Amino acid sequence: MVDSFSGDSAPALDRAGGSHSPGPEHEPGHGSAEHAHGGYNLTGFVIFLASESLIFAALFAAYIVLKGSAPLWLPAGVEGLEVREPLINTIVLVSSSGVAWLAERALHRRQLVRFRLWWLLTMAMGTWFVVGQAREWLGLPFGLGDGVFGASFYLLTGFHGLHVITGVLLMALMLWRSFRPGNYDGGEAGVTSVGLFWHFVDVIWIVLFALLYLWQGR
Amino acid sequence: MSTTPIAFDPRALRAPHPVPGAPDNWRRFFTFNTDAKVIGIQYIALALLFLLVGGLLAMIMRGELITPPADLVDPSVYNGLYTMHGTVMLFLFLFPILNGFNNLLIPPMIGAPDMAFPRLNALAFWMFPVFGVVLMASFLVPGGPASSGWWAYPPLSTQNPLGLLINGQFLWILAVAISGVSSILGAVNFCTTIIRMRAPGMGWFRMPIFCWTALAAQTIQLAGLPVLTAGAVMLLFDLSFGTSFFKPEGGGDPMLYQHFFWFYSHPAVYVMVLPVFGFFSEIFPVYARKPLFGYHVVAIASFGIVLLSLIVWVHHMFTSGTPQWMRHVFMVTTMLIAVPTGIKVFAWLATLWRGKLWLTTSMLFAMGGVFNFIFAGITGIMLATVPVDVHVGNTYFVVGHFHTVIFSTITFGVYAAIYHWFAKFTGRMLYEGLGKVHFALTFVGAQLNFLPMHWAGLMGMPRRVASYDPEFALANVLASLGAFLLGVAMIPFLLNLVSSWVRGAPAPANPWQAIGLEWLLPSPPPAENFEHDVPTVISGPYGYGLGHPLVADQARYESRLKEA
Repeated sequence: MVDSFSGDSAPALDRAGGSHSPGPEHEPGHGSAEHAHGGYNLTGFVIFLASESLIFAALFAAYIVLKGSAPLWLPAGVEGLEVREPLINTIVLVSSSGVAWLAERALHRRQLVRFRLWWLLTMAMGTWFVVGQAREWLGLPFGLGDGVFGASFYLLTGFHGLHVITGVLLMALMLWRSFRPGNYDGGEAGVTSVGLFWHFVDVIWIVLFALLYLWQGR
Repeated sequence: MSTTPIAFDPRALRAPHPVPGAPDNWRRFFTFNTDAKVIGIQYIALALLFLLVGGLLAMIMRGELITPPADLVDPSVYNGLYTMHGTVMLFLFLFPILNGFNNLLIPPMIGAPDMAFPRLNALAFWMFPVFGVVLMASFLVPGGPASSGWWAYPPLSTQNPLGLLINGQFLWILAVAISGVSSILGAVNFCTTIIRMRAPGMGWFRMPIFCWTALAAQTIQLAGLPVLTAGAVMLLFDLSFGTSFFKPEGGGDPMLYQHFFWFYSHPAVYVMVLPVFGFFSEIFPVYARKPLFGYHVVAIASFGIVLLSLIVWVHHMFTSGTPQWMRHVFMVTTMLIAVPTGIKVFAWLATLWRGKLWLTTSMLFAMGGVFNFIFAGITGIMLATVPVDVHVGNTYFVVGHFHTVIFSTITFGVYAAIYHWFAKFTGRMLYEGLGKVHFALTFVGAQLNFLPMHWAGLMGMPRRVASYDPEFALANVLASLGAFLLGVAMIPFLLNLVSSWVRGAPAPANPWQAIGLEWLLPSPPPAENFEHDVPTVISGPYGYGLGHPLVADQARYESRLKEA
């Protein structure tokens, strides 16, 4: 146990950001020195996500307060938001979380090809969502400057959209890495982290969809 | 490959400070170095540079205020001065210097070789010069720097009279945002390191109090900074992209910004003061030669402060049209925070009680800091009381109160830490004589500077004004003299730091006979601290006079130090 923080090269790389061999999420002291370090990435990532979720919490709180108190909400000539296409988008994004789970399960069983297929499908569904969001933006009759309604709509969906794009890019990175021989010898904390991020982005969207599209009356 | 006659230790090449006789490698401080001990010194040195900048701004302000009329600088320049003074001191001096101490102290104190994510650590550091330059650049843009105070309340902060995209307020928000990202990356790193990388045997209640307070402070960063970031993004959109989140004329709500700002910026005071509570808890037992009184309670009180700090922010808004019920609630929560802080103060006093005090410069600063903190705590309770706050809110009483916290407590604690750990991390002793001159000037200067502010405030002198009624003249002359004295106090301090590091006496591994893992390492510690030989902790910290060892096989670690 004395050796569990040793500075030999493999854990040193892991401490340096874990780009090579993220280990399984063992508690330190339960595995060898190499295993003790991989878990840091997941710990750090969960802490980061918890913090990140509070940005959304703050933005949601702002939206609720502003919508509840603004004398004028919808800009002149705007009836509200169309729900049908965003609802389809929502279903695609939320079910992609399940697909990501299938991918993670396949990886856990070391079915690499099946993992890549499910993972690619998740990426495609995320991309579908972003494209749908962009199409919606282009067709809307109001802009960023049209009252708090317009500003908060674009800020919330835009900030979430950035997260979706980030998620797809991270998945692409994980997909690319999966082709490297021996990539999962030290565990699969990278894929687990990205999977967590993707579930996070989906849960945020459910709240966002309810606030923006379902809660239209005042 | 038999033994070589020259005893060359290859670790010298990557030691954070050259061992005697090795070529100097000061250039590493200007590189993307991932060693926490190098990053710690980078943070501290750059933060001290910005302390000089912030102090210079303060002295220009005090020069302006030494006479009642606005005669030294234009009142609009004065607005920029106090805005930048506050921003520089908080975001470019205190946060970074405390992150520097986190880097230096956390890994050796818990027996870890480095931070959990060294590259992330270096990235977080290198954002500091970036946002420092961005903020300083705002002095050069047309219209001058941000002038809406460090709160940046709208509608003042959403004014853009010149209509330029790059203006002082824009750069201010940008700098604060980059600082926030850097702090969140740092917080993730510090928390992961403390949670996952403690030495064998070091359970939570065998951890030094500094690590408890650092973990508590970083928890606040993780909870509060995202909220400030959300507010800052909306402010930026209002300022630059024509939205109206905080503009009443467009359906927005300026009060919402105040809530966002203070939800983070009140707890931010605890982000700064908690590590200083940690310094006090580390330093008093060493120089009183007694165990810390009430270790468990002091440790847990840190998290009591975290919880309470997140539900007190509205006390900054008692005069902002806050509903009466909200004032009551936040008055009570604010007063409650005196309980965990009071517990700590009593623990320190009980630690000092009947101890054989060793009055080093570090101890003097720590005792002076606690002395000032008790005063600031009393005025804090006064300000928490709604009727008193309505009376003195936005006066110099508030300015005096928070300078007694920010300077006379927190900065005193930082000085105490520098005098205590300088020897450990540079391998050189500071001159005690110059240190005591520094303490004497700083202590007198601080009282002279900040006590008269309370008086002026009680008489009704408003803050953030370049000119004032002559009835406040005496208090302001005294405060200005105190400020200039604080400026003078920097001379022996900087002289001491530079000359000691260059040619000070070589430091032994444990110059203060302190108990702690970091004192079982040579001064300066090697790059990976204990490397493969991490000691197993077998008892709690601060075992002064108890006679039991801190780690298993302690004699071996100590004899190894003697050999070195």
